[in-house]
Amino acid sequence: MKTIIKIENLKRDFAMGDETVHALRGISLDIEEGEFVTIMGSSGSGKSTLLNILGCLDVPSTGTYLIDNVNVKNLGRNELAMIRNEKIGFIFQSYNLLPRTSAVDNVELPLLYNGKVSNGERHDRALRALEKVGLADRISHTPAQLSGGQQQRVAIARSLVNDPVVILADEATGNLDTRTSYEIMSLFQELNAQGKTIIFVTHEPDIAAFSKRTIVLKDGDIIEDRLNDDIQMASEHLAALN
Amino acid sequence: MKLSNLIKIAWKAIVLNKARTLLTMLGIIIGVGSVIAMLAIGEGSKESIRTQISSMGSNMITIRPGAQMMGGVRRGADEMQSLKLDDYEALKSETRFLTDISPQVQGSGQVISGSENAQTSIYGVAPEYLNIRVLEMVSGSMFTEADVRSAAKVAVIGETVVENLFPNGNDPIGQMIRFKSIPLKIIGVLAPKGENTFGQDQDDVVLAPYTTVQKRILAVDYLQSIVASATSEDEAPDAVEEVSEVLRSQHDIASNAEDDFSVFSMEELISTFSSTSEMLTVLLVAIASISLLIGGIGIMNIMYVSVKERTREIGLRMAVGGKGKNILMQFLIESILISVTGGVIGVILGLGATFFIEKVLSWPTNVTLYSLVISFAVCAVTGIFFGWYPARKASMLDPINALRYE
Repeated sequence: MKTIIKIENLKRDFAMGDETVHALRGISLDIEEGEFVTIMGSSGSGKSTLLNILGCLDVPSTGTYLIDNVNVKNLGRNELAMIRNEKIGFIFQSYNLLPRTSAVDNVELPLLYNGKVSNGERHDRALRALEKVGLADRISHTPAQLSGGQQQRVAIARSLVNDPVVILADEATGNLDTRTSYEIMSLFQELNAQGKTIIFVTHEPDIAAFSKRTIVLKDGDIIEDRLNDDIQMASEHLAALN
Repeated sequence: MKLSNLIKIAWKAIVLNKARTLLTMLGIIIGVGSVIAMLAIGEGSKESIRTQISSMGSNMITIRPGAQMMGGVRRGADEMQSLKLDDYEALKSETRFLTDISPQVQGSGQVISGSENAQTSIYGVAPEYLNIRVLEMVSGSMFTEADVRSAAKVAVIGETVVENLFPNGNDPIGQMIRFKSIPLKIIGVLAPKGENTFGQDQDDVVLAPYTTVQKRILAVDYLQSIVASATSEDEAPDAVEEVSEVLRSQHDIASNAEDDFSVFSMEELISTFSSTSEMLTVLLVAIASISLLIGGIGIMNIMYVSVKERTREIGLRMAVGGKGKNILMQFLIESILISVTGGVIGVILGLGATFFIEKVLSWPTNVTLYSLVISFAVCAVTGIFFGWYPARKASMLDPINALRYE
């Protein structure tokens, strides 16, 4: 198994006036290729900080973080942007789609910032990603013409389009009703079954039950890191709703 | 990131906010439009002054009595009596760069024919005057050297005088008119020339032999001026030089003393008037440029709003791999597109306004290529200059905060 994420004694401090806030107090964790991990914790636990560092939007104060064997510690803004572009797929609670922009254009966005991808290839890859999330018939729809679940599917397609080593989802079902949440989780499980590594940040325990491993943070420390022995299938829950 | 993609993104943002973009462009549109129209009017008037002055005879040289200053006091040229017929004779025989030369004495007063009368000016000149001033006859003929020698009571009149004195369309040739009670026989009518640059009616004249005007009408022995034609426009400066030399020796002026006459060519007059109209053009363009500046500030303002509004979009673009310079370029290109599109519309509007001014107000205009190029360049620079700061601000955003921005 390939190690996608390797974190060792990672600390992140913020200076708040005279005080220093220790958001992460020296955590260590490895995530292998093909894992489906949920990171849980109440607000202030440090999970947002961890997510930002995992997503290369922020860098650790001390400790090491390797993503796909690249140490991000000493990278500049532009190099971090390139790592995000090539190795990470982001999914947000509020979808963050460009308004009044078609689904396919939204999905193409990450590839726009990759000079190696030609215009034609970009479009093809966006179409394939939309197909994968079941929106092949909605490519020209703008976000306003799509339901919440469909918008999140577009966002998922966007996170897949650059073929990242890891997908980071931040409360990706937070704005959705139960049924749609199950649909989205079912999609995540499908993608994971195809080999995608997924890190899912949530505070809902029943969502965590769909993942293979749960990491719980509290006050900047990992207080629990366990493999789920009873993985629920979202598709079964969905069927039970009918 | 490819430039074509950046332009596509920027263009999309513009199209999605049509009304707002158009309002933003308005300042640029008005600025560029007025710069073009102003320059066209300025160039047009410069051009028309040049042609009008040239139509008065572009190689014409005028000699007036009196220096520019005398003991610190500028004196009216008409008061001075230092130009004499001898000077005219000397110039006529001793210069190489003059083709035609004519003395000029003038007076104004009432001219009467039968029951009609009019105020006009009488010019006492030599027959060569026609060539010098590029005048033509429509009927009759010019008086001759013999008429000059005998101080004949004959006159050639302009179109306006004909209209004033012979309103019922009688043929003026052979008719008698009286100027200051001196009877003159009309022997010719000048072709109309219209108004000159200074708004003076060039057809409101009576020409008579200078001897007649000097002796019979004004009773003077001096000349108010001497007009001449240089051999060519290019040789006008040489002719001016030569005239000065002849007159200095004629008037026994010591080498360190000032001239007691002044000589100027049409070329100088043209450049004087051109520089006046150039100054006016600069002034007009300066005013129009203020509009362009305000337009630029409008762009900066709207780009600020746009950056603020799209903070989350910027955060997202950064999260998926957009670098600071990509974001900078995106917003910079957007502002350049706004200003250049505004510039194009402004150019079209300016050309339309120029056309309108020429056709409806019948002012002379002249659209020059350089005015188009300059306006266009200024637009692009405006876009870069005023778009830079907001775009830079966008590029410096922290993606984490930008993504959370509400």
